[in-house]
Amino acid sequence: MSTIEASPEVGHDEHGHDHDHPPFLAHHFDTPEQQFDSGKLGIWLFLVTEVLFFSGMFCAYAIFRALRPEVFEGCSQFLNTKLGAINTGVLLFSSLTMAWAVRCSQLEQHKGLVGTLAATLSCAMIFLGVKAIEYSHKFGMGLLPAGLFFYDPSNPHPTDHPPYLLYICAPFALALVGVLIWLVVSAASGNKFQFAVAKPLSVVCLCFFVGVGLGTVLESGEDSADHVDVHADPNGLATASVMLEAEKSAEAEAAPAIAASGAMVPVEESVLEILATDPTNVGVVSGLNALEQQTAAAGTSTVTGDGEILGAVTTTEVDVMTPTTAGVFFSIYYCMTGIHAIHILAGIGVLVWLLVRAVRKDFNRQYFGPVDYVGLYWHLVDLIWIYLFPLLYLIR
Amino acid sequence: MSAHAHSEDGHSADGHDFAHPMSVQTLLAVFFALTVLTVITVAQASFDFGAFEVATVMFIATIKAVLVMAFFMHMLADKPFNAIIFIGSFVFVGLFVIFTLGDSMMTSHSFEPRVVELAPAVAEPTITTVDGAP
Repeated sequence: MSTIEASPEVGHDEHGHDHDHPPFLAHHFDTPEQQFDSGKLGIWLFLVTEVLFFSGMFCAYAIFRALRPEVFEGCSQFLNTKLGAINTGVLLFSSLTMAWAVRCSQLEQHKGLVGTLAATLSCAMIFLGVKAIEYSHKFGMGLLPAGLFFYDPSNPHPTDHPPYLLYICAPFALALVGVLIWLVVSAASGNKFQFAVAKPLSVVCLCFFVGVGLGTVLESGEDSADHVDVHADPNGLATASVMLEAEKSAEAEAAPAIAASGAMVPVEESVLEILATDPTNVGVVSGLNALEQQTAAAGTSTVTGDGEILGAVTTTEVDVMTPTTAGVFFSIYYCMTGIHAIHILAGIGVLVWLLVRAVRKDFNRQYFGPVDYVGLYWHLVDLIWIYLFPLLYLIR
Repeated sequence: MSAHAHSEDGHSADGHDFAHPMSVQTLLAVFFALTVLTVITVAQASFDFGAFEVATVMFIATIKAVLVMAFFMHMLADKPFNAIIFIGSFVFVGLFVIFTLGDSMMTSHSFEPRVVELAPAVAEPTITTVDGAP
């Protein structure tokens, strides 16, 4: 039997009675391999439930994208591809270090294990830091889930919003301060084990702010280009708002004339869109009334005209950025990326636990299960991001 | 490495070492492939493939997912039963998404009212405001 003995002094006799087992082997298992395989089956089953859990959100995504492809196309322009790509790279690298950590634990390279686990944790923190920039930027612009959505194309960057970035960063700043205090205290008291844990953890906590810095640099670089893009794009959303204004005044002044010129249904829709966004506009109401009277008087036969393209285009443009339609996109965006971020947080939690145990040298070639299981979970989180990134950020 | 020496000694008849450490070269090669595929995904977004866009993106993502599963998740070296369970879950995801999507395609008009149909509901409160404020 090649099972590692409890201690060298116990002697190398065969697997005799129950208590002759290494401390890492639970009583109800015969061999470390059996224990490992059982745990592995368990974690694979857990991953299956995770896949099914996320599939609900992917299904919602598929349905809404199939129903309103133009909404996804329009709203995706507000997601910063650079930040998404950087986060993808960071997560892939963390997957590499995690797989490497499993290797280190199998080969009993304890220092390497601590290092690779710390690298994985740092990447997770950078990911969250970049995400904090993305989220706070969108919160400030009013690009929020349906119901809270208040984005206004004429004023895309309102300055009177709460400091969202500060709120998101506060818990991480507290964690950093706490770990640094712990580092100093453990160094001062000469507790070598605690110091060895606190050292990589303080780097990990710092990495969140590295991510925030990285996100800030990329976001500000992208910002001007992004908005120039929107203005220059003839199908862009900023253009839509301008046309909406034009349409609004035209409606108020000469609704019957427009109605007579044709494209009845699109015009009617855009009037209703305006009503939905601006219920206090009295002129539009009279415009609508006039339109209805015109319809009643003319019947249905005179509605078709020489194809007023302006009305039709405006209607599609306006549809995309209304609170209800764009809000649905951002509901899906926040739900999917938010739950993914919660999984990252959970991963950080178990990785910290692994880091402590790695410093304690708990793992060896017959007991590396926990590292392997956490690794599998971490790769699944990476796997989900592999699909989320192109589906949300790369719609053209 | 002492671990290797230990596993290859005379104990192998009774129990073998079940750890299969993946070589650093493999890990780095997989990471490199994943990075290249990410760059390709980002690059293809600037071209217009029209209807094939989603298919292209999903195809590249699936290659990446297979790489991660086969190597980083040790599926190749793992017991086949675990792989069957995990890949089996995607069969059910497929069923779930296809049936739900098909259903929404067929019935969405009945639960997603056209904006025109909302006309009275939207217009009425505004009109009362006008009447109430002479």
